[in-house]
Amino acid sequence: MLELQGICFSAEDESREVEILNDINLTIEDRFVAVTGPNGSGKSTLAKIIAGILTPTAGRILLDGVDITDLSITERANMGISFAFQQPVRFKGITVKELLSIAAGKDAGITEICEMLSEVGLCARDYVNREVNASLSGGELKRIEIAMIMARKTKVSIFDEPEAGIDLWSFQNLIRVFEKMHEETKGTILIISHQERILNIADRIILLSDGRISKTGSKEEVMPELLGCGQPCKTLTDKM
Amino acid sequence: MDAIQQSLLEQVAGLHEIPAGAYNIRANGQMAARNTTANIDIITKEDRSGIDIRIRPGTKSESVHIPVVLSQSGLKESVYNDFFVGEGADVTIIAGCGIHNGGDAASEHSGIHRFYVDKNAKVRYVEKHYGAGDGSGERVMNPTTEIHLAAGASLEMETVQIKGIDSTKRVTSAEIEEGASLVIREKIMTHGRQYAETDFSVDVKGDDSSVNLISRSVAKEHSRQLFKSRITGNSRCHGHSECDAIIMDEASVSAIPELTANNIDANLIHEAAIGKIAGEQLMKLMTLGLTEKEAEEQIVNGFLK
Repeated sequence: MLELQGICFSAEDESREVEILNDINLTIEDRFVAVTGPNGSGKSTLAKIIAGILTPTAGRILLDGVDITDLSITERANMGISFAFQQPVRFKGITVKELLSIAAGKDAGITEICEMLSEVGLCARDYVNREVNASLSGGELKRIEIAMIMARKTKVSIFDEPEAGIDLWSFQNLIRVFEKMHEETKGTILIISHQERILNIADRIILLSDGRISKTGSKEEVMPELLGCGQPCKTLTDKM
Repeated sequence: MDAIQQSLLEQVAGLHEIPAGAYNIRANGQMAARNTTANIDIITKEDRSGIDIRIRPGTKSESVHIPVVLSQSGLKESVYNDFFVGEGADVTIIAGCGIHNGGDAASEHSGIHRFYVDKNAKVRYVEKHYGAGDGSGERVMNPTTEIHLAAGASLEMETVQIKGIDSTKRVTSAEIEEGASLVIREKIMTHGRQYAETDFSVDVKGDDSSVNLISRSVAKEHSRQLFKSRITGNSRCHGHSECDAIIMDEASVSAIPELTANNIDANLIHEAAIGKIAGEQLMKLMTLGLTEKEAEEQIVNGFLK
């Protein structure tokens, strides 16, 4: 169970404090939780705060009752938090096999690598010894990023817009990946997404808007709100 | 040979035992062992220190090992090795130098290697530099490589210096005739207060010839590196050089590329990038459970692999 208590985050912009998250209180223990909301509402910031990449300006984070607010990224990773980046990172010289082995925490054999990659629609034969460098496309990287999280099998898995850049490999497969992951980990999968088909499978949807939780609940409860949130200004409405 | 020399030999030439094919092992300034084959002859120079390696035309799939080890503190030597590779030959040459300095005086090895590669011959040249020993004496290596590629010849050089050399100045020059190709891959890691300088100078002379210089380096602690490359395209040719460096701690890296085209069909490119390890790379590996230190090692090892 993941608890966020009074999480605030602000960043400096031209010597002005900009509030990005304001008093976020959440208890997450469902299977699939989707976080959605307009661009700039603070979704990615929230995910980075849970993973330890950003430190909140106020508030506490608890994992299974243990306060992890002051723990490092590594410590949180080892306690069972995984985070798939929105924009996966490239590494010159490190192969797909090596990266997946680090994720799995052991030297993964070819059969295991094949198992991991086939889950995300890639054939191990073509990828196992490829370097995770600029020769891979954004979509390929994104799938490898997802495979890494699958390999970790942790109790909390966070995905920041997993659908972005995923091409022919349909959403249906992505959803199947999440379901399989839950079967194996019995943990929580937190997905930041704008995709209705992904929101459809969520047990709970959290709607962020201007750094605050504007609504949380089932799909039926949140979706109408989602369409109405973030009222545009007149210049924009005139064009719509 | 003693245990220290054996271990140096293993580091620079990957040799656990006497190699197959032709070899010449030099230890503390003396010839320690030599073997020649029907196609590869090794002759001691008479006018100065060094050897001539003569490879007959058409020699296929043979190798020559010429490692040098120094374990006597304070020894300074310059060695001239000339390679004559006959027309159409296809060989692998493995050189390398290991210095173990347990004393206070500087040990220094300067290897001057000249390659005369005849028409359509193919050479793979591997060179490793390694230093060890806990003495305060410096370990210095200044390799000079001069490459002459005749029409249609090709040479691929791999040079690695990962540890323990306090000061190195590597000078490599080449001239490339019609249809010949040269590829050089260099990997360097410096630490402590080490200094490494690389100076490539390539004259691309013939039509349809090419050169590709690829340097990857990591500079740690207070070490310094200087990368210079000069490519002159005098013909319809391709020239490419690339310097990619990771800088850490208090280190310093300079890259000075120079390209000159003297022909309208000379196609020359240089790429240089110097930067610290990207923060997001460290973060990604940390989210997979590695500590910052482990993540750094993983990134550096991959980069220099």
